[in-house]
Amino acid sequence: MKKLNILAAGAAFTFAAVGAAQAQTSPTLEATKQRGQVNCIVSEATAGFSSPDDKGVWRGIDVDVCRAVSSAIFGSPDKVKFIPTTSKVRFTALQSGEGDILSRNTTWTLVRDVNLGFEFTGVTFYDGQGFMVRKSLGVKSAKELDGASVCVSTGTTTELNLADYFRANNMKYNGVVIEGADAIIKAYESGRCDVYTTDKSGLAGDRTKLSAPDEHMILPETISKEPLGPSVRHGDQAWGDIVRWVQYAMIEAEEYGVTSANVDDLKANSTNPVHRRLLGVEGDLGKMLGLSNDWAYNVIKQVGNYGESYERNVGPSTRVNIPREGSPNALWTKGGLIYAIPVR
Amino acid sequence: MATDVKDEPQPVRPNIWNDARARAVFLQIIMVILVVAGFAYIADNAITNLRRLNISTGFGFLGTTASFDIGFTLISYSAASTYGRAFLVGLLNTLFISSIGVVLATILGFTVGVLRLSNNWLISKLMGAYVEIMRNIPLLLQIFFWYFVIINTVPGPRGSLALPLGVMLNNRGLYSPDPTFLPGFSATPIVLILAIIGSIILHRWSRKRQEATGQHFPSILTGLGMIVCLPVIAFLVTGKPVSWTFPELRGFNLQGGVQLPPEFVALLMALVIYSSAFIGEIVRAGILAVSKGQTEAAYSLGLKPSFTLRLVIIPQALRIIVPPLTSQYLNLTKNSSLAAAVGYPDLVHIFAGTTLNQTGQAIEIIFITMMVYLTISLSISAFMNWYNQRVALVER
Repeated sequence: MKKLNILAAGAAFTFAAVGAAQAQTSPTLEATKQRGQVNCIVSEATAGFSSPDDKGVWRGIDVDVCRAVSSAIFGSPDKVKFIPTTSKVRFTALQSGEGDILSRNTTWTLVRDVNLGFEFTGVTFYDGQGFMVRKSLGVKSAKELDGASVCVSTGTTTELNLADYFRANNMKYNGVVIEGADAIIKAYESGRCDVYTTDKSGLAGDRTKLSAPDEHMILPETISKEPLGPSVRHGDQAWGDIVRWVQYAMIEAEEYGVTSANVDDLKANSTNPVHRRLLGVEGDLGKMLGLSNDWAYNVIKQVGNYGESYERNVGPSTRVNIPREGSPNALWTKGGLIYAIPVR
Repeated sequence: MATDVKDEPQPVRPNIWNDARARAVFLQIIMVILVVAGFAYIADNAITNLRRLNISTGFGFLGTTASFDIGFTLISYSAASTYGRAFLVGLLNTLFISSIGVVLATILGFTVGVLRLSNNWLISKLMGAYVEIMRNIPLLLQIFFWYFVIINTVPGPRGSLALPLGVMLNNRGLYSPDPTFLPGFSATPIVLILAIIGSIILHRWSRKRQEATGQHFPSILTGLGMIVCLPVIAFLVTGKPVSWTFPELRGFNLQGGVQLPPEFVALLMALVIYSSAFIGEIVRAGILAVSKGQTEAAYSLGLKPSFTLRLVIIPQALRIIVPPLTSQYLNLTKNSSLAAAVGYPDLVHIFAGTTLNQTGQAIEIIFITMMVYLTISLSISAFMNWYNQRVALVER
C-alpha cells in the first residue's frame, strides 16, 4: 500500500510536470537534516561490527550502515554521531529517540520487531550462536558441556538460546551473566567459566582480545539462527525505507559489480540500465525516498558496496577473519543468503 | 471554605480576594491542580507514545515464561518459570546480600570505630588509614577489584582448596556440605527456641533482681551458654540425625553441596568494607560526642572501664550513632544494585536488566523496581526510627 502510494504520488507529480518527484515525508529525516547528523546506536566495542580503531574512528559492518545512510542523506559518510550502548540499554536508546538507527549486532526476532515497537530494515550479517572453550579442556562438542560454567552477557537472545539449548539436550549449566563485553571476557579468561558463548562472529572477534587466542577454540555447533540487522522505530516507515534501501543499494551494487573504485566510471559511461538507475542517471529513485538522486552513488563511492564493507571489516584479511565463501553471508548468486530486493 | 467565611456574622467583611486565608487555600488548590495535570500529561504522553510505537503495556508479562536461567537462586527456579518468579528470585537475592551485608558492616564498622579511638598509636593510625582508603575509592572499582582478585588468585575447580569441615574453595565459588535432615532432627531447633526463650526470661529476672537488691547475675553469659550448649546436647542425644552431601569434582565443576558464587563474595566484601569505613567514622563521632565528664563521673563512682563503656558511654553514643547509621544501611542496600557489574543476580540485574531487555517494558519494570527499593528503604527507616526512639535520651 505504502509503496503504491509512493509510486502513485511519484507518477502524479511527474505527469503534472512539477519537476520533482514527491518524496514521502519522514519526521526522522527532517530532524536528522536539521541536526546535520545521523544518530546511530552502536556497541561499545565489537571487533568487526562496531568499534573505534586506534585513532578513535568508528569502524565495522554495523558502523558502515550508518555511514552509508549519512552518505545518502548528506553526501558525506562522517555526519554520524555514534552512541555506544550496552546490550541492555540499546533498545531503550532507540525507543526513546536518543538514536534513530540501532545498528548494533542485534538479532531480528518477532518479539523485538512487534513488541518492542521496532522495524528491522534488513539483514547485514547471518550469524549463529556458538561456544568457545579452552583447548586444554579436551572438549570437542557442545554436547559434552553438561555441568559447565558458562559466561554469557546479559539481556541478549544469547542468554535465551543458551537456556533453550541446555534444556533441549537435558544438560545442566551454571550461568555467569555479566553486563559489559569486556568484563565478561575477563571473567572467562581468568577461568571463572569453562565456556564463553555469544554469536560466532562475536566469538571470532572476542578471541582476538584474549592474551593467548591460540589456546582457545570455537566448538563446531551453531545453536541458533541470528540474523543481525539494523532497526528503526516503528511508526516512521519513510525513515525505515531509507535505511532499508541504502542496505539493498549496497548489495545490489556488489551483485552488479559496482565498487567504490569503478563507480565514477560506471556513472559516466555505463549503458546498463541497472547501473544507470542505481547511480541516479535515470529515474527518480532518490527523490522518492526524499533524498537526492545520487544517494546510492554517494553510498558506493564513500562507503563501498556490501562486499567491500564485509572484506574491510570482518573478511579473511582482518583480525576477525570470518571467511565469506560458502557461508550464508555470500551473495545469493554464490550460494549465500545475501539478496537485494530490486532497486527500481 | 468560602461558605464558612460567608456565614460568619462579620459586620465588615473583606472581599474574598483580600482574605489571606481564602487566597492561600485558592493558591494551594491551583497548585494541586497544576501538579496533577502535569503528571496526567506526562502519563498520557507516555501511554500515547507507547501505543503509537506499538510497544505493549501493562503487567501481564509477569505471568509469561522467562526462558532464561539464573545462576544463584534461593528458591527453586528454572528457565520454564515466569518473569514474576524471576522477580522474586532477584528480590530475595537483593534482600539476602543486603541483610548479610548490613550485619557484617555493622560489626566491622563498630570494631573499626572503636579501634580508631584506641590509645595504641599503631592501631589507631592503621584504622585511620583503612577508613580514608576505603571510603575514598569508588565502590564500583572495589567490587571489580575483589571480583578479579578472587577469580584470578583462587585455583580452578580441578585444584580446589580443601578447607576444614568439608568446605571447598575454587574460583567457581565457596562450597559447603549440604545438610539433609533425618527424622529426629526436629528436637534440636525446638530446644534452641526453648533456650532462647529461657535466656530472655533469665535476663529479665536478673534485671529485676538487680534493681531490687543490687546483686548482679551474669545473665548474658549464662544465656549465651544456654543457647549454644542445650541444642548441641539435644543434637548429640538424638544421635546426630543429619547426613551431609559433600561437594566433589564431577565433570567441569564440583557437584553437590551449597555453593556461594564468587560474584556474591566479591560484592559482599566490597559492600561490607566500603560501608564499614563510613560506619566506623559514625561510631567514632558518636563516642567522641559523649562528654569526657561522663567517663570521669563513672570512674569516680567506681565502675570498671568495661562497665563504663557498656552502661554509660555506648547508650549515650547510640542516640547520636543511630540516625546516620540508618543512612548507611539504606546506602548499602541501594548500592547492592551494582551487582550487575559482576553478575550477581540481584533485583536490578535480573529484573531491571534481563527481564526489561526481553520484554522491553521499561516503564513498568523500572516502576516496580523503584517501588521495591522504596519499600525496602522505608522499612529499614521505620525499624531504625523505632530503635532510635528506644535509645533516645528520655528527658524527665
